[in-house]
Amino acid sequence: MSEDKKPIVEIKGVNKIYGDNHVVHDLNLTVYEGEFLTMLGPSGCGKTTILRMIGGFEEPTEGMIYLEGERVDTKEPFQRNVNTVFQSYALFPHMNIFQNIAYGLKMKKVSKSEMKERVEEILHLVQLNGFEKRYPSQLSGGQKQRVAIARALINRPKVLLLDEPLGALDLKLRKEMQIELKNLQKKLGITFIYVTHDQEEALTMSDRIAIMNQGYLDQLDTPETVYERPATRFVADFIGESNIFETVINKISGDTVNVGLEVGNALGLIDENFSVNMSEMVYACVRPEKIKVSKTEVKGFTILGKVKEQIYVGNVIKSNIILVNGQVVKLSRMDIDEAPKIGDIVYIYWDVEDVVLIKSRGFMIHNIIENARLGGD
Amino acid sequence: MSNGSKKRKNTVPLLATISPVAIWLLLLVAAPLLYVFFLSFMATDGYNVVFKFNLDNYKNLLNPTYLEIYRNSFIIAFFTTLICILLGYPFAYIMASVGKRSKTIMMIMLMVPFWTNSLIRLNGWKTILGKTGVLNSLLLSMGIIGEPLEILYTRGAVLLGMVYTLIPYMILPTFASIDKLDGTLLEASGDLGANKLHTFLHVTLPLTFPGIFSGSIMIFIPCLGFFFVSDIMGGGKSQLIGNLIENQFKAANNWPFGAALSVMLIALILIMVAIYKKSGGDMEDLGVM
Repeated sequence: MSEDKKPIVEIKGVNKIYGDNHVVHDLNLTVYEGEFLTMLGPSGCGKTTILRMIGGFEEPTEGMIYLEGERVDTKEPFQRNVNTVFQSYALFPHMNIFQNIAYGLKMKKVSKSEMKERVEEILHLVQLNGFEKRYPSQLSGGQKQRVAIARALINRPKVLLLDEPLGALDLKLRKEMQIELKNLQKKLGITFIYVTHDQEEALTMSDRIAIMNQGYLDQLDTPETVYERPATRFVADFIGESNIFETVINKISGDTVNVGLEVGNALGLIDENFSVNMSEMVYACVRPEKIKVSKTEVKGFTILGKVKEQIYVGNVIKSNIILVNGQVVKLSRMDIDEAPKIGDIVYIYWDVEDVVLIKSRGFMIHNIIENARLGGD
Repeated sequence: MSNGSKKRKNTVPLLATISPVAIWLLLLVAAPLLYVFFLSFMATDGYNVVFKFNLDNYKNLLNPTYLEIYRNSFIIAFFTTLICILLGYPFAYIMASVGKRSKTIMMIMLMVPFWTNSLIRLNGWKTILGKTGVLNSLLLSMGIIGEPLEILYTRGAVLLGMVYTLIPYMILPTFASIDKLDGTLLEASGDLGANKLHTFLHVTLPLTFPGIFSGSIMIFIPCLGFFFVSDIMGGGKSQLIGNLIENQFKAANNWPFGAALSVMLIALILIMVAIYKKSGGDMEDLGVM
């Protein structure tokens, strides 16, 4: 993120604990004005809890939340200039669409004529003109979704929080709404904080993705970086498909390292941001489309496998190659001619710049223990 | 052949299971009701029923003395319902918002008196409210009052007895509707800038109104017929429709007129239930279907 961007939401050292359950660990996160930030992770990773703490429905056990530089973590929801689009839409069933959308304005005691004007304007924005008199029960899922968004946006919030808003829609509608939401966000310039467990959704819509894993923020970066340079094994596994090998550093020669797998050797690359020691455990992650095979041995690589099965998924051909220790390596190709044949015995290799080396968690724990021994915390 | 036997196979257990209920309902509900309806068109010789068709009983319903009794009954029923709403709703609201443990305790407090006959419980009130009862003795000994208060055998005492007997019928349906209220709607209301009071007035109250409505019907209707409450608490001084009907069957020995009064009461109740249904009420909330 460039320096001239203005922070709008700042989360500082936030922890959330329910009984024995530590849901959010030491979270530090800054969201900038006009940004589309997605919190991505499997269910139970704490992403919704973070959203609810920004919205004011939960109080952090520890830490602070700032909105436009003002501390808000102890304020009630109605005192915060953020609005939420709930997963279940939470439309008021006893009010028609007009009354639902105008609810926030009514609470702010906006004049009748201005209310009417603004509701009309926002209905136009979400393409629901003429639906004023209908009740939520008379709308389809997609329409309810639009009403929920309109009801939140009419208050002109600084930040819009969206909690899996497309979760209940079918695939086709979801894809349409993804694009629509992204366009809406660009048009209005409002900061969106979006929670989802759908990685594809996160990759399509976001400016930045925050990947949550069991209450920890594993990585916060652009979709490209998250995909190309996953920071943890979890991220590599969660975003797209990945082949993950547990390896040990055998030899370091310049920026090339030789790593040992259970079933052979391979090469990888290190740079100034990633240094390793001899005999250190690292994960080597390679995307299926980056895996290469050869009939003859390639210099630096000694991994041998047998092509076991092939699956056609539309325009992609996926092959599974089984190694001698039973690990299955996934390989994908766009062209049938480039895919290996079933039954072939092949050498597996990759271009050194295509492998991502990741410190193993064991190594991090080692660091923590070391740190504690030296008197740090 | 095989089809026929298969059919019989299904019919026999079906008949066996539903016929006892059907017979029960026919004998104990439908037949007496029909008999009451039939009786309401008969006459009396002052002691026995005379089987001669006439409409005099229905004409007699509009007698000014009786109109006064109807008015009394409706006033008592109205205020009983109102007090039950004012006391029952907050109780139900608190019950829905407290923890599981407190909820169970409150529910037990509500249900245990149910297991004791209401006649006994009402007579218990007599020992508290009577001239030489607990309350008066206490107030006298403390010197707050000079002579015993006339609490029992007043309209107020009847009202108290009615509210005491009927309030669970308000608490249970309102509790059910508050408890099943979707919490995210309240969160959404807060999110859109409403404080707690506004959220209650604009979201909670309208959405739990069906509970209040069905509770009201379940209190208003029995109130018209609960003769024993005004017998015990009102000392027979304040006559209600229920007492009037009771008297026709027991003291006055005028069964046909008593039957006509009953038919009128049933008709009133049916009209109220019809209004309830028409205004979107859920029959399940009444425990009817």
